[in-house]
Amino acid sequence: MRLIEFTDKGLYCPQGDFFIDPWRPVDKAVITHAHADHSKWGMKSYLTHQKSIPIMRHRLGEINVAGLEYGEERSLNGVKVSLFPAGHIPGSAQVRIEYKGEVWVITGDYKLIDDGVSTPFEPVKCHSLVTESTFGLPVYKWKPQREVFSEMNQWWRENREQGLASVILGYSLGKAQRILCSIDPGIGPILLHGAIHNSNLALKESGLVLPETELITKDTPKEKYRGALIIAPPSAFGSPWMKKLKPYKVGTASGWMSLRGARRRRNVDKGFVLSDHADWNELNQAVEASEAEKVYVTHGYTNIFSNWLKSQGIDAEPVVTEYEGELSEIGEGTNQEKESE
Amino acid sequence: MKDFGELILALDATTKTNDKLDSMVAFLNSATDADKLWFVALLSGKRPKRPVKTSLLREWAAEVSGIPLWLLEESYHVVGDLAETVALILPEVTETSDKSLDDRMQDLLHLKTLEEEEVKAYMLSAWAEMNKTERFVFNKLITGGFRIGVSQKLIVRALARNLGEEENLIAHRLMGDWSPQNTTFEKLLVEPDENENLSRPYPFYLAYPLEETPSNLGDIDEWQIEYKWDGIRGQLILRDGEIFVWSRGEELVTERFPELEKLKDFLPTDCVIDGEIMGYKDGFPLTFNHLQTRIGRKKVSKKIMADSPVVMIAYDLLEKDGKDLRETSMEVRRELLEGIVKKTAADTLLISEKIEPKTWEKAAELREKSREVLSEGLMLKRKNSTYKVGRKRGDWWKWKVDPMSIDAVMIYAMRGHGRRANLYSDYTFAVWKGEELVPFAKAYSGLTDKEMQSVDQFVKKNTIERFGPVRSVKPELVFEIGFEGIAPSTRHKSGIALRFPRILRRREDKKPEEANTLEDLKGILKLYNT
Repeated sequence: MRLIEFTDKGLYCPQGDFFIDPWRPVDKAVITHAHADHSKWGMKSYLTHQKSIPIMRHRLGEINVAGLEYGEERSLNGVKVSLFPAGHIPGSAQVRIEYKGEVWVITGDYKLIDDGVSTPFEPVKCHSLVTESTFGLPVYKWKPQREVFSEMNQWWRENREQGLASVILGYSLGKAQRILCSIDPGIGPILLHGAIHNSNLALKESGLVLPETELITKDTPKEKYRGALIIAPPSAFGSPWMKKLKPYKVGTASGWMSLRGARRRRNVDKGFVLSDHADWNELNQAVEASEAEKVYVTHGYTNIFSNWLKSQGIDAEPVVTEYEGELSEIGEGTNQEKESE
Repeated sequence: MKDFGELILALDATTKTNDKLDSMVAFLNSATDADKLWFVALLSGKRPKRPVKTSLLREWAAEVSGIPLWLLEESYHVVGDLAETVALILPEVTETSDKSLDDRMQDLLHLKTLEEEEVKAYMLSAWAEMNKTERFVFNKLITGGFRIGVSQKLIVRALARNLGEEENLIAHRLMGDWSPQNTTFEKLLVEPDENENLSRPYPFYLAYPLEETPSNLGDIDEWQIEYKWDGIRGQLILRDGEIFVWSRGEELVTERFPELEKLKDFLPTDCVIDGEIMGYKDGFPLTFNHLQTRIGRKKVSKKIMADSPVVMIAYDLLEKDGKDLRETSMEVRRELLEGIVKKTAADTLLISEKIEPKTWEKAAELREKSREVLSEGLMLKRKNSTYKVGRKRGDWWKWKVDPMSIDAVMIYAMRGHGRRANLYSDYTFAVWKGEELVPFAKAYSGLTDKEMQSVDQFVKKNTIERFGPVRSVKPELVFEIGFEGIAPSTRHKSGIALRFPRILRRREDKKPEEANTLEDLKGILKLYNT
């Protein structure tokens, strides 16, 4: 039995009459997480994880939103809806829907490793799985997080010794907090771009504990930047805001940084391979753990990853959506996150 | 090889020339002579012949990684670089190795003598003992150039700093036909023996394109003006009764041009002439496609020599009676050159005539009409300029005529390589033949990164069919395609071949049906191929 139809407004459950992460205005939307390509403006009502509510309100304004805890069940028109941790960013969830014994799981964006800020991913068994495939190629294999952060600490220390600021670009929601929680705060002061400061305020409301940081304002004296770590959203790159941080080195933290081409195109001093999406091995583990009989593959290398699953004896099919994965993190998305204000 | 791997990583990680230079000097200061020599050879494109076929590399890499070959191919299309793809998909490292760059290069040279199974065993064990960076660099040693933004000039600067020598001297020592197998670092760069250097050319001085109006260059009388010829830049070297012809690509091409080889008997001994190797017949230059029949052909038949004879059009004199003239002024060199060309009885050495417009306006008029004499525009050289090394601003300018252009529709797109990997950056363009669109040119340069991204989005959303890395797209976008030359071709469906096609701009104001036709192209062909 089909519980999800792929429509031009988004993923639709006809039995429950609701959408999951729709990209056009609809009546009822279940939202996997608060990133801009999944959580859009204009829905009459939203249902999402408790922790996503403050950040969605911060981004979308006054909305009609209800919250769930992980594992808590809600019935929509007789369809049982529940959320399970996706490990992507704080509050991110996989959506499990059940109707007359048939179970589908929509992963949203996810990763399997524990990043220190998000509730770690839990596999959910289902008949049909709708999975993302942002990094669904065998060339994407992440290093352990501690190795990446030891590189980042090292880079910051070297820049600090030369009296330079270290600017790291990453999504203001998720990536920035992950960096804040794992970088060594003993190296020097940490300063933030306004977009990240605002995300932090919203996340603190939902209980996230973050190290001490300082917001950069018009009045921040120039000496403060020297030797500091500055976290900014990708859209700040090349903006007048960045100019006043000079002299600095700039690094981007994204899964795309594992490819030379993307790294050089982004034209930053340093690329850190740090992604909030599953790598090749994680995607395969997640599919296997779901025990799904049918797998629908959304945003990413949809054709290639579904062909691979088929070659492994798993019934799979690519699906076209408007989600973007991490593309806007390297300035290549179509709907740029409005983060610079 | 860890140090070389780290050097490549460092060079790749920055776009700043000074940072690159610092890493190169640091490497040179600590590397062994054998590794230094390979460093110079590899970064300046003197790679030994590919020791392993890439099809075998693909096969073996897929096998040890436990993935099907098609998945490796798909990954390669996305990554845009085979060496990198293989480095990324291989399983995690199990061992380490202390082999130096020289050890690895000797291993690779030795592979030629081995059976396929032995080569495979070597490759698998080498991959298993290298980290990702080393693997990438090692694979690159086999598959091709590094493309890490290191110019020959930068290599020269790094070596000059490492050895405490003049850059010009280093550049000169690096010219010519050496390879790490037939020399040592000491011999090549530290104690060169003049007798071995009979054939050694001087580094070419290259002109910068003139982008502004020449009136900013001051008084026209201070400038020597010539036509810019569209052939192969070359150097003719006569020393101790032997003659050598070098192309700008640092290739010794003497045997390919018997017309120039015979100059040995017609010139005063010990001189070096800089000029253009040109197709030329019955007192007129030939189009570049005549010369094309001569390039890459080591043995030339009588027929080809009769159909497409060549001459050297002399630009400059770099050495006379064994004396290096590069520090003397252009005017003096020119006079000596004219003397030599005038005196020679040979018909295959001509001089690049000076044209002497009185004003810059007059010069501009001549430039506009330069295509009529089969030239590409004008060369402006300051009369008191010395002969420098490499591309330098200030004294020599090339003032090319605007390219010919045509409006065309994009019909295929392919993912790019290197910096443009994973981005649809290489396009095929077509013009109308009745209701049909006929492809006539491929181009991959001319757009800004931003424009390319927008075209990339268009391609992804408007794909009709996929063929591996290529997609056919809805014929909607119109571009103005510029080119330097046009010739008839039997190899292309359109019946024409363009020289240096490139994108001049996107024509957002034009609908696809307003693009040009094949008839229009053939019109241009007729105009310039008589």
